[in-house]
Amino acid sequence: MSANGMNLTLKVWRQKNAQTAGKFVTYKAEGISPDMSFLEMLDVVNESLVHKGEDPIYFDHDCREGICGMCSLYINGHPHGPKRAITTCQLHMRSFHDGQTITIEPWRAAPFPVIKDLAVDRSAFDRIQQAGGYVSVNTGGVPDANEIAIPKVIADEAFNSATCIGCGACVAACKNASAMLFVSAKVSQLGMLPQGQPERYRRVQSMVAQMDEEGFGSCTNTGACEAECPKEISLTNISRMNNDYFSAKLFRQEELHGQSHGE
Amino acid sequence: MILDAKIPAGPLAEKWSTHKFNLKLVNPANKRKYDIIVVGTGLAGGAAAASLAELGYNVKAYCFQDSPRRAHSIAAQGGINAAKNYRNDGDSVYRLFYDTIKGGDYRAREGNVYRLAEVSVNIIDQCVAQGVPFAREYGGLLDNRSFGGAQVSRTFYARGQTGQQLLLGAYSALNRQINAGKVKMYTRTEMLDVVIVDGKAQGIVTRNLETGKIETHTGHAVLLCTGGYGNVFYLSTNAMGCNVTAAWRAHKRGAFFGNPCYTQIHPTCIPVTGDHQSKLTLMSESLRNDGRVWAPKTVELAQKLRKGELKVTDLKEEDRDYFLERKYPSFGNLVPRDVASRNGKEMVDEGRGVGSTGVAVFLDFADAIKRLGEDAVRAKYGNLFDMYYQITNEDPYKQPMRIYPAVHYTMGGLWVDYNLMTNVDGLYALGEANFSDHGANRLGASALMQGLADGYFVIPYTVGDYLAKIGPKPVDAKHPAFEQTKKDVEERIKKLLALKGNKTVDEYHRELGHIMWEYCGMARNEEGLKKAKGLIQNLRADFWKNAIVLGENEELNQSLEKAGRVADFLELGELMVDDALMRKESCGGHFRIESQTPEGEALRDDEHFAFVSAWEYKGDNQPEELHKEELVFENVHLTQRSYK
Repeated sequence: MSANGMNLTLKVWRQKNAQTAGKFVTYKAEGISPDMSFLEMLDVVNESLVHKGEDPIYFDHDCREGICGMCSLYINGHPHGPKRAITTCQLHMRSFHDGQTITIEPWRAAPFPVIKDLAVDRSAFDRIQQAGGYVSVNTGGVPDANEIAIPKVIADEAFNSATCIGCGACVAACKNASAMLFVSAKVSQLGMLPQGQPERYRRVQSMVAQMDEEGFGSCTNTGACEAECPKEISLTNISRMNNDYFSAKLFRQEELHGQSHGE
Repeated sequence: MILDAKIPAGPLAEKWSTHKFNLKLVNPANKRKYDIIVVGTGLAGGAAAASLAELGYNVKAYCFQDSPRRAHSIAAQGGINAAKNYRNDGDSVYRLFYDTIKGGDYRAREGNVYRLAEVSVNIIDQCVAQGVPFAREYGGLLDNRSFGGAQVSRTFYARGQTGQQLLLGAYSALNRQINAGKVKMYTRTEMLDVVIVDGKAQGIVTRNLETGKIETHTGHAVLLCTGGYGNVFYLSTNAMGCNVTAAWRAHKRGAFFGNPCYTQIHPTCIPVTGDHQSKLTLMSESLRNDGRVWAPKTVELAQKLRKGELKVTDLKEEDRDYFLERKYPSFGNLVPRDVASRNGKEMVDEGRGVGSTGVAVFLDFADAIKRLGEDAVRAKYGNLFDMYYQITNEDPYKQPMRIYPAVHYTMGGLWVDYNLMTNVDGLYALGEANFSDHGANRLGASALMQGLADGYFVIPYTVGDYLAKIGPKPVDAKHPAFEQTKKDVEERIKKLLALKGNKTVDEYHRELGHIMWEYCGMARNEEGLKKAKGLIQNLRADFWKNAIVLGENEELNQSLEKAGRVADFLELGELMVDDALMRKESCGGHFRIESQTPEGEALRDDEHFAFVSAWEYKGDNQPEELHKEELVFENVHLTQRSYK
């Protein structure tokens, strides 16, 4: 590394919009400090493009502290880059070396069409949540919070599932573009908690149906999703979801539990 | 004009109940005849949109992000206060009220703050019912911790990700209503103006960020839940997209801006490393429960540390100055944010700062690890320690964190009355976007509380009163005001796109941030503020001549998006400076150097400044007009805050 920082070659996917074909364009990133975040490195490149009157590279980002789930870069073949358990915005340039070539792509999955350059449309995820990712309670008229005692282990495990940030790295990592890890995280969180029981079987069926309708692929238990998930959501969630889903289908759990669909 | 806050008469504890009874109701069958616009989908907006839809109103909700789940409330780490008194440690609604009024340095309304404390208990119940996984004890009941400046344990939390879990709760309630067809959700859509018809807010103008399409939307009421304006400082803990545009556009259409100079500087953030820095990362205040803040005892030791001649772990106990514990023995490391921030800055100003830049102090966990064990510390703060490690490449289990204050929250915002309505009929502001509940300084774990209180438990009552009064007649989308406002927005975009100068929008933003931080940051004086005013005026004039804005409107155009937001910050910045100049006292987050006690603490001037400033826009480059809402204290006795 020179005294003035690292010099890097970037191969970046550029695509004007969903209707236009995209291509890789090569850029030089010079004088990059190892303390910069990956996105700050792209900021530097973009500033120089703007000075040259060229269209800056579009990428999604917002909180830049690893929690909003907006950033979504596929870096050197890995969603969120080479390090485990972090989002792109938490990746720092000290994870790269001087002279390195870095390839940057958007998430590649049919249900996530490219909007521009490195940004994709993840509204399919919202529609899956809208299909049933909630407990049907209105504001007001709920019991006192401490009337619902929940064993700590259950609360902790539900919390682990609830940490999903909805970034879509699991889909991008999967050869089938399966969304099972994402969907199962919400199904598990609510399925483990007492508050989620009344709609447990209905919820899993609605969410899976929507997932299929969006065109996400099947799960083959490869585990790439878990390996690439910035929040380390575990495959156990998928087992739990399968369990609930089959219970609902095979044993008509909804009726066993004396619940009506209102259908 | 006299600003009427519409605080209900009667004893403090009965104000809200009485008021709820006096508010008009909308007949259940009539609710579906009303459209309500909700801009922003964070805690305030998400909660409001879901709750209003549950009541039967038609809601249209808007966010600039790709999903409502990404609103910046998600990044709140520490927790949410509620006067549950589950710990039996002396908490009560009155105590939470009192702490909040005192913490805000007696610059908030008693009525609002009491209501906030009152509904805080309902918030926790609501979130738990939604399935929010708060921390629990082995007995299965909810855990609490003490947080920033409170002597009772009233903070509920979900590891260091409380905001995320609360937001996902509100998002799930919102999703349920989207699924039910009661909320129409517009994502990647930015509000660029508000439409006022005969003095009433009846719609908004938006830009679809993907296609550039400019559209008008009608509603019987418009709720701005668009967050704070901390990004006026360029570097802050806010998300990159946080902006003042919705609130500022409303201000330019007549809504008064309240207390713009009240900015919260959070004491524990990861320090700046260089010019490339795009944002600052907060390390939750909860860390101060177990972490001890210190600086080297002498300038010489600090210099040796900075040069690498000494390692921090080499420093003996007697070489360390735990300055918060020394100066404030009863609150120690848990003094309010403004006090902790100023003291940190003082250390750096004295030359006792650490890190390669010398602009940081230590936050040390060695004692906590010795006392509780590394595993217990990891269970409490693991994700924060990991984040710190990712950013700095230093392991906080082995050496102290380096921290420094950063802009975190803005207590100022659109002026609203007790009903959360601005002075423009039908235009409301909720959450951080309004000015109302935190006075001059917000206590830790109170932002989440206020956002959710406004959204779940205040607006569903108060907006009904207004709607019942105006009646369900459909809004006339053909009124010329809609076409005219849309035209104004299009003109402005054209003007921005015509800028083909030589300086990027980010460069202007960074420069504005420097001015604000230097002269309108942790400490301010008249000379500096006057200088800042001139600098901002020049910068703004230069922006409209020499900025570079690329591309066209009909595409995803980040250059254009940023330019519009920075142009608004360049106007807001001057108003903040004006407000800070006018307020010659120190209070809360606003520290006027000219006004301090002999010990160097903030000195309020209740005789002259116990009011809310509400600024009225008077036209481009015209001085704004100041209106004062006098604050009336019937229940608390104003004292000089002391945390000794």
